[in-house]
Amino acid sequence: MPLPRQEVDATTPKYLRDKYAIVGVGETTYTRGSGRTTRALGTWAVRNAMLDAGLKPSDIDGMLSYQGGDSTSGTFISGDLGMRLNFYMDVMGGGSSTEALIGIAIGLIEAGCCKVVAIFRSMNGYSQVRIGGTGARSAAPIVGDILHNRAYGWQSAGQSFAPTFMRHMYDYGTKPEQVAMVKVAHSHHASNNPKAYYKKRFTVEDVLSSRFICKPLHLLDCCVETDNATAIIVTSAERARDCKQPLVLIRGVVGRCNKPRLDMHYQHGPISTVAGYYARQILWPNAGVGPEDIDITGSYDAFTFTTMLQLEDYGFCKKGDGGEYVSSGAIQLGGRRPNNTSGGHLCEGYTHGMNMVIENTRQLRHDADDSCPVGADGKRQHTYDYREGGCRQVKNVEVSANLGWANPSTASSMVMRRG
Amino acid sequence: MAIRGEYLGMGLTVDELDVENLEYFRHCAEHDFHLQACMQCGRLRYPPTTACPWCAALDSTWKRVDGRGTVHSYSEVHHAIQPAFRGKTPYLILLVDLDTQKAEPTPDEALRVVGNLCTSDGQLAPADQVRRVGIGTRVRMVFSDVAPGLSLPQWTIDETVSQPASVWRYPQE
Repeated sequence: MPLPRQEVDATTPKYLRDKYAIVGVGETTYTRGSGRTTRALGTWAVRNAMLDAGLKPSDIDGMLSYQGGDSTSGTFISGDLGMRLNFYMDVMGGGSSTEALIGIAIGLIEAGCCKVVAIFRSMNGYSQVRIGGTGARSAAPIVGDILHNRAYGWQSAGQSFAPTFMRHMYDYGTKPEQVAMVKVAHSHHASNNPKAYYKKRFTVEDVLSSRFICKPLHLLDCCVETDNATAIIVTSAERARDCKQPLVLIRGVVGRCNKPRLDMHYQHGPISTVAGYYARQILWPNAGVGPEDIDITGSYDAFTFTTMLQLEDYGFCKKGDGGEYVSSGAIQLGGRRPNNTSGGHLCEGYTHGMNMVIENTRQLRHDADDSCPVGADGKRQHTYDYREGGCRQVKNVEVSANLGWANPSTASSMVMRRG
Repeated sequence: MAIRGEYLGMGLTVDELDVENLEYFRHCAEHDFHLQACMQCGRLRYPPTTACPWCAALDSTWKRVDGRGTVHSYSEVHHAIQPAFRGKTPYLILLVDLDTQKAEPTPDEALRVVGNLCTSDGQLAPADQVRRVGIGTRVRMVFSDVAPGLSLPQWTIDETVSQPASVWRYPQE
């Protein structure tokens, strides 16, 4: 029996649409060399998210986090902030965990386990455990199943994903200069984000002339490694109405949806198709919207290619036209559907996807934290002038999509709307 | 019994309970590539698994498989992450469609076997060979010997057959 590419049926009751909300978002500064423990960073970010929501420690009774043996459990973070939790769990996971844990938080609240859930990711991704695999982990003993990849020098994320990227170029004629436009767009966005680690604007030429890491990836096709923590707070829409910020509602969520053969997904083809192909069959029906309804995207940019592949497989363009889509101007501020308006992982900082959810939440509040002046009413007066150092708020944004990526075979996603 | 060996300075281990990988690498050590064939549906699978990904049957038998195929995709590594591979760049990671069971059971499926581009004696290939290989290159399996009972399957350009007039390589050298 062949592994089927069957239609997915995971429809939720429609009453879950708009029933939950993101009420608080917070982060630390994005640095290289935080000089702090992941405990201190996590506490700082969760506290910021709590204050952003206008909540007290006693209002938060659920905590979720994700990590890869490189962080601090929620037990310490909640303890530091004096929270008594009715539920907590720390899961193994990197990219794609943010949306997945939001789905779990919704399930917990539906099940009556708790009422208000803080989700965080805290990492010294530059100064302690390098996500790219550099450092102590690069020389760890190779045991059992991982002989089939690490013994071949096939270990880092870039090395692991590269066959997908190369085959996409082969199958569809995707050009390096098209894909490089993802870095160009995100770097323009970051130049209008005072908290971005890299604020410099780059050109296609800059990307293509940077040194090769592993083909087809140049240095500037790869994201930055940083030290930081990020946090968001999920609760019911009903509870959210009492919180401080404009309402941002969750329309639908997909958590860690997969291609077949997670033990080695390349056994299943076409390898130039990624897990978004399956995830979109859950996302759009459950959210009750389609790609054409989305104003802004947060497509995970561990690499320039990951942004392109996901936008394509979620249906923002025809299959194979991803190179054309990302180089058309559509994903840039001022374009039809800007992607990663904070600068994303390529420029703002690397936090395994959570900063893209934070950014879209602020966009939907119409409160992107750019350099626009704050008026007498305390609200930022957005100019919609996207020149360097200027505004990064998207005008009249109503609906967003976040497309989380773990690897070519695992995807999470979420649609949010302004309440 | 567990197998331990050292390859390019890396410690490689297969534990004694990991019978699937022990058997796989034992055949490789004899330079005789074998894969598990399902006792129920007959299909081959790669890499070793504890059940059949096609039909979920537990029982399998080891079957000799011809080590010939075509490069399906690849990466050319210029910045090595693992210390073992620094000084070996550029090296190729190849994903090779075996001729056996290719396009079965659907046109997009294949047994895609990983390996580096090597010389015929199983050493990582020099840069001039790296530059000849791309999607479409015909390759044959060779082995890098690590320890008794442990060799890694690898790929070398198949000089015994005619190669395609051109292969697809990333446009920037």
